[in-house]
Order: sequence, then structure tokens, then C-alpha cells
Amino acid sequence: MMKFKEVNHSIPKVDGRGLLKGASAYTDDLAVDSALIVKLLRSPYAFAKIKSIDIKKALKTEGIECILTYKDVPRIPITRAGQSYPEPSPKDKFILDNYVRYVGDEVAIIAGTTEKVVDDAMKLIGVDYEIFEPVLDFEKAIGHKSIIHPEKEIYTMFPMGLDAKNNIACSYMDTMIVGDVDKQMKESEVTVEQRYFTNAQQQVPLEPHTSTAFIDVQGRLNIITSTQNPYHTRRIIGEALGKPQRDIRVYKPRIGGGFGAKQQVHNDLFTAIVTLKTGKPSKCFYTRQEVQENTFTRHEMRFDIRLGADKKGNLEVFDMQLLSNTGAYGEHALTTFMVAGSKLLPMYNKAKHLRFEGKVVYTNRCPAGAYRGYGALQANFAVESAMRELAEKLNMDPTELRLKNCIKEGETSPVFSVMGEGGEGIAQVMESCKLDYCIKRGRELIGWKKKYPSKQIAPNKIRSVGTAIAMQGSGIPLLDMGAAVLKLNDGGFFNLLMGATDLGTGSDTVLSQIAAEAIGVPVNRIVITSSDTDTTPFDVGAYASSTTFVSGNAARKAGLNMRALLIEEAAKALKAVHKDDIIFEDCTFKSKFGGESITLEELSQGLYHTFGTDMKQLIASGSNTSPKSPPPFMSAFVEIEIDTETGQINILEYVAVVDCGTTINPNLARIQVEGGILQGIGMAMWEDVRYSKDGKMLSNNLMNYKIPNRKDVKKITVEFAESYDPAGPYGAKSVGEIGIDTPLAAIANAIYNAVGVRIRSVPLTPEKILTGILEKDSTK
Amino acid sequence: MKLKLNINNKFYNTNIDGDESLLDILRKIGFKSVKKGCDTGVCGVCSVLINGKPTLSCQFLAARAQGAKITTVEGLGKKADKIVDLIVSEGADQCGYCGPSLVLTTYAMKKELKDPTVEKINHYLTGNLCRCSGYEGQLRGIKKYMGVK
Ligand code: FES
Ligand code: FES
Repeated sequence: MMKFKEVNHSIPKVDGRGLLKGASAYTDDLAVDSALIVKLLRSPYAFAKIKSIDIKKALKTEGIECILTYKDVPRIPITRAGQSYPEPSPKDKFILDNYVRYVGDEVAIIAGTTEKVVDDAMKLIGVDYEIFEPVLDFEKAIGHKSIIHPEKEIYTMFPMGLDAKNNIACSYMDTMIVGDVDKQMKESEVTVEQRYFTNAQQQVPLEPHTSTAFIDVQGRLNIITSTQNPYHTRRIIGEALGKPQRDIRVYKPRIGGGFGAKQQVHNDLFTAIVTLKTGKPSKCFYTRQEVQENTFTRHEMRFDIRLGADKKGNLEVFDMQLLSNTGAYGEHALTTFMVAGSKLLPMYNKAKHLRFEGKVVYTNRCPAGAYRGYGALQANFAVESAMRELAEKLNMDPTELRLKNCIKEGETSPVFSVMGEGGEGIAQVMESCKLDYCIKRGRELIGWKKKYPSKQIAPNKIRSVGTAIAMQGSGIPLLDMGAAVLKLNDGGFFNLLMGATDLGTGSDTVLSQIAAEAIGVPVNRIVITSSDTDTTPFDVGAYASSTTFVSGNAARKAGLNMRALLIEEAAKALKAVHKDDIIFEDCTFKSKFGGESITLEELSQGLYHTFGTDMKQLIASGSNTSPKSPPPFMSAFVEIEIDTETGQINILEYVAVVDCGTTINPNLARIQVEGGILQGIGMAMWEDVRYSKDGKMLSNNLMNYKIPNRKDVKKITVEFAESYDPAGPYGAKSVGEIGIDTPLAAIANAIYNAVGVRIRSVPLTPEKILTGILEKDSTK
Repeated sequence: MKLKLNINNKFYNTNIDGDESLLDILRKIGFKSVKKGCDTGVCGVCSVLINGKPTLSCQFLAARAQGAKITTVEGLGKKADKIVDLIVSEGADQCGYCGPSLVLTTYAMKKELKDPTVEKINHYLTGNLCRCSGYEGQLRGIKKYMGVK
């Protein structure tokens, strides 16, 4: 294994102590006391048109500074997705519109001096609605008589099959086809054809979405916001308000979790417009109810999976038909859909007959958006359940079936070049892939040989094990770009300026370690700032598992460039020494032939104070984008105990063996995986986004929507495979998302192994298990 | 109404509405370590100590806090260092939003729990939700602080 000085060490997070001791660091902590409070009047109906709206009375409330309706805001169609440009999501949203498309859609923006004033005024606004029949069932959306987006301005920046008249946000057909699926299905000796459903899920960052805005001394709009991507946010706000980006600054402070929830632009649009209209600072802090009802959920999906294999378990056909629900607006509709295919099909690259296609539909429900796992998680449930069903028909150990068919180091898949995120992809060979090791090692850790499939431990208690495997990506090839700037300071330390966005992931720490490794200095010589559109360089932001790989390589390049500059200047300072003969160690430069030396402090002092005409500022930068997106891989094994009388499940242990290349900070990598797994378990077991029959979200607070607490899972065990990807910074791949993908299928498979009940929709509730047991008993 | 609050052993005079929560008042006065997460008493990020007992400040009327000793993590000062160091050395602080209240509650737990075990720790801290970490890393650090193997 390679030895490093700074990376591959578990240093504490650079901001950890400060945050735990309560530093004022999050958006709401930084808002000024005088900021106007901004709140939204929201639609009580799932689908309606505003016939008239009367704000006269409300405006008279003392302390009210402004009330805005659709008549007062620019009518420019945007997407709030927060993705690269040109955006791969339909432009189907206005800041405010005279149509409301789900319960909670914004009707009016109200700003006043206190929360109470705003609440009082809100009650005085009179709205007359024309109510339409809402589209609530996504399987009935296509061709429904209600057309959710009748407006003529809606468009897409490139063809993606938008067909608003039929409630289709995008479709992807006749493209991802290899071989002949239908013909081979008839010829394969063993086949599986099944339908699976995944429900929506809430990201639930504990910090609600928060935004505060003010005008600075140069008359520019400043926004401090809990965003995962300040640059996209600036661009979208500019577009929505018809303002040049030059006049907008977006600053990201500490973020209280995102998981995709803060990739999209939400309340920034409202604080921005209020501050522009009033000239006063404003802030908007979403209630938990708003976070649940009015930001975005995970996409609900339906999969039709067809697998075909020969008797020995060699996979021949892999076919996936997908219907996805994007809710009222189309943010991330196309790309989550594509990821469902592109992160699963290549994982079983032995199949020669492949197909992936489907549609994403609008409904009058809470819009769907980015959430860790991003389509790959949903598809993982369907495919990894289907693989277990195939193993059953083959009478084969599911781990052997996977070992036989999964992708290995040095191999590739035709899917990489056909499918990217939103368009064509780029071919790539797996330069690092320890998936087979991960499966074998995980099997040992859980004790598979002894425990599979199950054991009766009491008359009504059965213990069983289940497994699933996963792959993700490391950023989006040739779309994601990140940059880093390093500035040498008087005193011999460096500012590392990153556009990359630490939202709690630890990326500030990881990027500091990478830069330090590249320069050849201890990490405490680095002070990182992220991220601010005025002072830090461009970065697409924190999504698509991109930061360590994409921005990390930028930090590495900037570090190497800085090192070269330092050595050049040291050679000059040491006179008569050629730069190739300089050794830089322990923050000291010397000639390899001995003689004089100069420390980094002395060099910096000279450059800024005493070198006369040689005085200068040292600044280095690095940019990175990559045609590669080396996938991290993972095997998961779960042991559960089922009570056959109640259907209750107890999760005894969850084992993950992960190949994410070099772990830049092993502790932080481990927590990323542990946290991802628990979120995945949450979705598998309890997290259920439910609506009333009129389309009102019922699971709209943390009492009705249960996220896991610390008693819910007995033990999570994470190990890393020894792995090195040559494309990554010091061998690293991504680790942010992979952990969340497997729990749905692993637990569903464990349930099957325990009681022979196959559940093809999540959450995996005791009711479903009991019903399954009863049905089985009655057919016996 | 007028209110005099004892926060971290200092007195603060403030004006409140009768229905304002202690959480909102603490943040207004400037104790930003106390966070707002859920509005419904579920997440625990608003926890403070009232007379040494962990209490959800979002569910506690400010008016009722008169005469009580309120402690926030700012008030623990150096007494928080050991807990903080043990958690960060596990890398278990992610976004940190749940952090100050977790540190505070752990501090109170150490005083209160006789013969701590993993089960007792997890039970005591059930109301301190964390969405980032998966709890395992926090537990590794907190076990060391509590002297549990
Ligand atoms: S804010 Fe969540 S419990 Fe108080
Ligand atoms: S660290 Fe983010 S909620 Fe606990």
C-alpha cells in the first residue's frame, strides 16, 4: 500500500471543534437582527388556478413591508435544480405563477418586521381559486385529462422528450439497447420478470433551508444561504430575476446537512426579490413542515425488471423499464432517471442483451429532486431484489450469482459510452474494482456460510441474512468542473480557496489534506475557505459524489503548481542552486548538495518584505474535470431477526465492505458510509411519504415521518478494501453516496430468506410481512 | 412581558411575548449554539440544560424559565473539551448541527448515569437525532467519555 504523509490519515475535521462548541456559523446565525422575515402563502389545493387575489387588507398590517403575487414578479421560466448549464431539467417554474400545482405551491411572498406580523397579514390575503382534478397517481399521469403544465413558456435546453400535454416531463426510449432482449428472453433457460416500486423519501437535513439577503455597499445583492452549489444558485437567481450575475454574490457558510435537499434553489428566490424590492435585509427560515412539504423528495419509481440466465447462472438478459414521478415540477427528472440505469446495468456487465428505457411524469405532488443515491438507490432495490429471485430459481447462493456476473477490475461495459447523465456517456475501463473482494470479505464478516439463509431461534423468531451490492460514480464526466486556488501568506502558510461546498461531509478537511500532500507541507499550514462566488474559484458544487474526486484533483493540481513556484523562488533565494536540485522537506528548502537552506517562513517573508525587486505574491491554481468517473463499489450484508407473529424486524448488524480507492481521511470516509447506510435503512423500514386522498402530505413533520434514532440499529460495521484508482487524487474515488444504495434490497432479501415472503415495494413494513406470511400459510 | 433569565451564570433582561419559546429567546439574545430543527419536540437540536437537566427549549415557554439556571454549550466552556475531542477524533461530527446539543446532553448524562452501558447511553440520547453520522462514530467517542468498553 502507498504511504502518504497527509492523506490517508484520520485527522479531525477542521471545523469540528468549532461547530460542536456552538460557533455561530450557519445561515440563520449570520442573518442580521433587522432582517425582514419572509414567509409564503401556500396553496391549499393540489391543482388550481388563481382567479383573483386580494392583498389590500393584508398590506395595511403594521410592520408589513411587501407582499408579492404572481403579478409582481418576473415571468421567466426556470428550473431550480441547481445543475450544470445547459440544464438537463425542464424550465417549468416561475417564481410565482397563477397556477398552483401541488398542495403548498407558493401563492404570495410576504415580508414584515416580525414573524407575528407576517402571520397576521397572511390571514388577511383573500384568494379565489378555480379548482381542477389533480393527478395524484403517477401510473395514471400520462394522458390524464388534467394537464399540469398548460403554460406556453415551458421549454427544455436540449431534447429530452418533454411532452407537457401528456404530463410527460421527459422520456428516454430506443437508445440504450444492446443485443436483442426480447429474443434472448425466449431463449434463456431461467428468467425473472417482476415489477417493483420505491416510494418517495425525505432528505431531512436537520438544518432547515435558510436564506438571508442584503444589499452591500456596492449596491450588489448578497445572499448567504444553505446551498450545496453557490455558483449554480447565483446563475439561477440571476436568470429568475433577469439580473446580471455580476450584481449577485452567493456565500455558503456552514451547512446543517443537505443530502441533495440543498442542491436546489428554494427560499433564495424569495429573499432575493424581497431585498431587491425593499432595499432591506431579509431572511427566510423554513419550518420543518415546509422542508417536508415544499422542498423536494426522492423520486417515486416503478421498475419492470427482466433477467435471463443460463442454468449455470450466467446472466444473459438485463432489461429495465422505468416510470418515475417528478411531481409538480421537473427538477432532476431526466438525470435521476438516467442514473437508475447507468449505475446498475454496468455492474452486471456479463449480460450481452441490455435495455433501459422509460418515462418521467408530472403529478400534482410535492416535486421530486436530488437525494443521495439519486435513482441508483431506487434501481438497486429493484435489481438486487430481482437478482435474489433469479438465484432462487437457479437454486444458487446469491453471493455466488453475483460473483459470477459482477464487473471486475480491467473490465468495461458498453453502457458507459451509451448513457451518461442526461445524454451520451463516455467509455471507461475499471482501473480499480474490488467488488469481488468486497463480496467475499463481507460474507466472512457477517458469517454468511453459517447463517444463510436463516435459522429459527425461537418458536416465533427467525434470524436471517441478506445481501446486495452497489456501484456509484465519482462526479459527472466532463460536466463537473472544480477549481482550487492556493495563496502563500507572509508567515509561511496557505489559503486554500475552494468553490467546492462542504455541507457537513468533511470536504474542507479532505481537500486541505490533499493540497497539503501535494505541496509537501503539514495540513496545519493550510487554511481553507469554501465557498463564496466573489472570492473562491468556480466549482459545480457538492453533488453526484464529485467533491473528493473532481475538486480533490483540482486541489492536488493547485498544490503541485504551488510547490513548483515555491521551489523556483527558493532556488533563486539560495542563489546558484538549480531548481531541480532543491529538496523541500520539513518546510525547509535546501540543495541536494548541502550548503545553505531557507525555511518556508523565511522564503515567504523574503517574498513579501525583503527580496527587493524579487518581491511577489505567490498564487497557484488548479482546475479539474475528467472524462472518467471511477465508480466506488460496495457489498452489503445484513442480519435481521423477524418476529413471525408481529412481522416486526430487528436489525442486528449491517456490514459494508467498500472500495472507494484510497480513503483520504479514513474516519470521515467511514462516517460517510455509516450515515448513508442508516439513511438507507430508514427508507427501507420506516420513512414513508404519505398523502391524503386530496394530495395533502400527511408525513409533514418528524412525528409523522420517522427517521432512525440511535436505538433502531444494533450495529453497523464498515471496512474498506485496499484499492487505488490512478485517476483519483492519490488514488481516491468517491464515498458520499454509495452507502445509501443497498439497505432496501439487502433487507428485503433477508426477509425473503427468513420467511419466504417477497416484498416488492418499500417501506418493508410489518403489515406487508405479516400479510405475506398469512398468504403463504393459506396456500400451503 | 419583561423577563430576567439566568443563562450560563449571567443575568439577561429581555422582553418577550407570552407564547415565545425559550429557544427563540435564547437565539435572540445571541446563544446561537441552540438550534432549531423540527418545531415539534422530536429532533433534540434545541436542547439546553435547565437546572442541569436536558430540556427541549423549543417546547419550553420562555416565561417559565425565570428563576431557573439555564446552561448552553457556550456555558460549559472548557468542560466541553473532552467530549468534543473524543467525538471529533472519531470524525463523527459531520454537519455539526446536532453537535452542541449532543455535547450538552452527554455532559448531563455523565453526571446522571450510574454504571453506564451502551444500552443506557443510547437510551439516554435517543432524543438527540442525527441525520448525518449513523450514530456509530458518536457512540465510539461517547463510550470513551463515559468509560464504557
Ligand atoms: S427543535 Fe427539534 S426538538 Fe426542539
Ligand atoms: S452531524 Fe449532521 S445532524 Fe448530526
